[in-house]
Amino acid sequence: MGSSPVLPTLRLSAAAFHPLFTTDARLARHNPVVPPILDVRGLRKSFGAVAAVRDVSFTVRRGELVGLLGPNGAGKTTTVSMVAGLSTPDAGQVLVDGAPLAGDADPRKRTIGLVPQDLALYDELTALENLRFFGSLYHLQARALRESIDSALELVGLKGRERDRVKTYSGGMKRRLNLAASLLHDPDLLLLDEPTVGVDPQSRNAIFENLELLKRRGKALVYTTHYMEEAERLADRLVVIDHGAVVGDDTVEGLKRLAGPSGDGPVTLETVFLAMTGRSLRD
Amino acid sequence: MSFTPIAAMVRKDLRLFFSDRRAVIMSFIVPIAIASFFGSIFSGSGSTERAKIRVVIVDEDQSAISTGIVARAQHDATFQVTTPPAEEARAAVRRGDASAGVLIPSGFGHAAGRAFFTSAGRPQLTVWYDPSRAMEMAIVRGVLTQHVMEAVSAEVFAGQSGQALLDETLGQVESFTMSDAQKQILRDLLTAARKLYGTNANASGATTDDRRPRGITIPYTVLEEPQTSGENRAYNGYAHSFAGMGIQFLFFAMIDLGVGILIERERGLWKRLRSAPVSRLALLAGKSFSGTIIALMSLLVSFAFAIVVFKVRIHGSVPGFLLVAVSCALMACTFGLLIASLGRTPGATRGVASLAVLMMVMLGGAWVPTFVFPAWLQRFTVVVPARWAVDGLDAMTWRGLGLQAALMPSLILIGFAALFGVTAYVRFRWEE
Repeated sequence: MGSSPVLPTLRLSAAAFHPLFTTDARLARHNPVVPPILDVRGLRKSFGAVAAVRDVSFTVRRGELVGLLGPNGAGKTTTVSMVAGLSTPDAGQVLVDGAPLAGDADPRKRTIGLVPQDLALYDELTALENLRFFGSLYHLQARALRESIDSALELVGLKGRERDRVKTYSGGMKRRLNLAASLLHDPDLLLLDEPTVGVDPQSRNAIFENLELLKRRGKALVYTTHYMEEAERLADRLVVIDHGAVVGDDTVEGLKRLAGPSGDGPVTLETVFLAMTGRSLRD
Repeated sequence: MSFTPIAAMVRKDLRLFFSDRRAVIMSFIVPIAIASFFGSIFSGSGSTERAKIRVVIVDEDQSAISTGIVARAQHDATFQVTTPPAEEARAAVRRGDASAGVLIPSGFGHAAGRAFFTSAGRPQLTVWYDPSRAMEMAIVRGVLTQHVMEAVSAEVFAGQSGQALLDETLGQVESFTMSDAQKQILRDLLTAARKLYGTNANASGATTDDRRPRGITIPYTVLEEPQTSGENRAYNGYAHSFAGMGIQFLFFAMIDLGVGILIERERGLWKRLRSAPVSRLALLAGKSFSGTIIALMSLLVSFAFAIVVFKVRIHGSVPGFLLVAVSCALMACTFGLLIASLGRTPGATRGVASLAVLMMVMLGGAWVPTFVFPAWLQRFTVVVPARWAVDGLDAMTWRGLGLQAALMPSLILIGFAALFGVTAYVRFRWEE
């Protein structure tokens, strides 16, 4: 159950969204020709008495970048953790290519690439040593590993710096390497949890270009953020989460249309977001 | 279970370990330095000369008996005796310059001679001692008893004042509070002693040494045979100290392993590990292999140093030594995993784990031998894995025991490893 101080309270599932938030994106999602690579159905997760995720459902298709938008503590990271198999849902299902993951060692986890919010890198090792290690976790060896490392470094613009220790990198370089480490096994679905936190505009722009390239290559991307301009630039569709539940699922334009005209000025994604999630401060 | 990710984890952990100078120093150099120090204490720096107990003796009596006591103490290999004035002697003990001081009061010799056959009027010896050296005090008491008995009996049976003492005692027998039969036996004994005195004094053909007053001596001699790995093989204290310190720092290295896992979690690295198609068992196996290799290297490098520099030898079974070493390393590694599974924050976990390790190695006999512990504590140490580790390594080095003696400690260490490993697996926070 999601609640918003401005918009009506909604009960959302994968199959039935409130008509207010359902436009052409719903038709695209239900296109039988392109099955979703990720189908999230009614996820629920609590930590003790705190319900972090109460009801989250959405789908993602190949070549689509879906933004998970929500205020702090909305349940975005918990949702991503459950999709990546890091956390077991209390209820609901995560279907990857139509089937749930069968345990920790399921080879189909190769379909998923995770870019964690933290800089999940070994500072004391070189970029090359980091990438070799993370590639090996996906059973890449020898030539296949070398080629995938070369491609990933090329993509993120770190070719030539791969033998430097990560601790000598700038924040932006680390972010790009963080992305590269998730691409080694050529995943079809990339989960990015606030991948641009604390980077300069140049690196952020470079990461955006990388993601747009990946999308053009047919990858499906799920991108969590609370930066409106990022969501507006990158996302084909936005899934807005608040208080652990989906309160909106549409294109940027669709959400703006649904929000209707604003008396205070032009309708922006931020005004739509605030209208959907309220203005109260979050923990 | 594929071995590619496991091998990658091992390679990565070894690279991280060797790139951390502090970890390398703590695992290889510090244990060698501390074990060398402890070894030098318990081995006497390779010299066979024992440290002597410093004793001060104040002889206010200056009788034949008291000078005999002082002379005997001065010739004793256990003591280093000086004879300062009373106040200076007492101050030396108070300062810790001497372990004990003995005051022989005026009239001691005469009273002791008289009290030799009867317990009446026994004189008092005052002993000042340093309360922080209780063990040395016990030795002083034993050795002093021997010298006093020898000096008094020598004088009574063969000394210059002995004749007079015997005559005086014979004259007083009638006044003693004992039965007539006992008085008669005492008279016979004293008379026989007078005859012995005369025989000693007039013996012809006896050497000077034979004619010297002997008195009562200890009725046996001691042949001390250290039970080491074989005849003519001296005990090498470095073997024990390197075992003890090796185990201690092996545990410290594994605290780093456990805390390292917590730091990896804080930095989000476990999200990457867990998102890969690698089983939980494989993740822990990778950590276990790398931890065991690091621990084993730490132990073997320490012993290699001891073998080359301090001539420590594996007099027992070499396969047995390796079996115990591998078991130790595995046990310590799983202890590191246990720390990671029970700990919350790296800082707090390191503090608690360090305390636990110090307790464990102390109870395991790595610092001081377990025989100095109270009996109940000695019984308790069987549940301390460090004790089995030290015992196993001792058995294979200086005790020179065979492979069979390595089996029990190794099995118990592997049992501890299984307990720690299973608990770590169950308690590990797998959810990210």
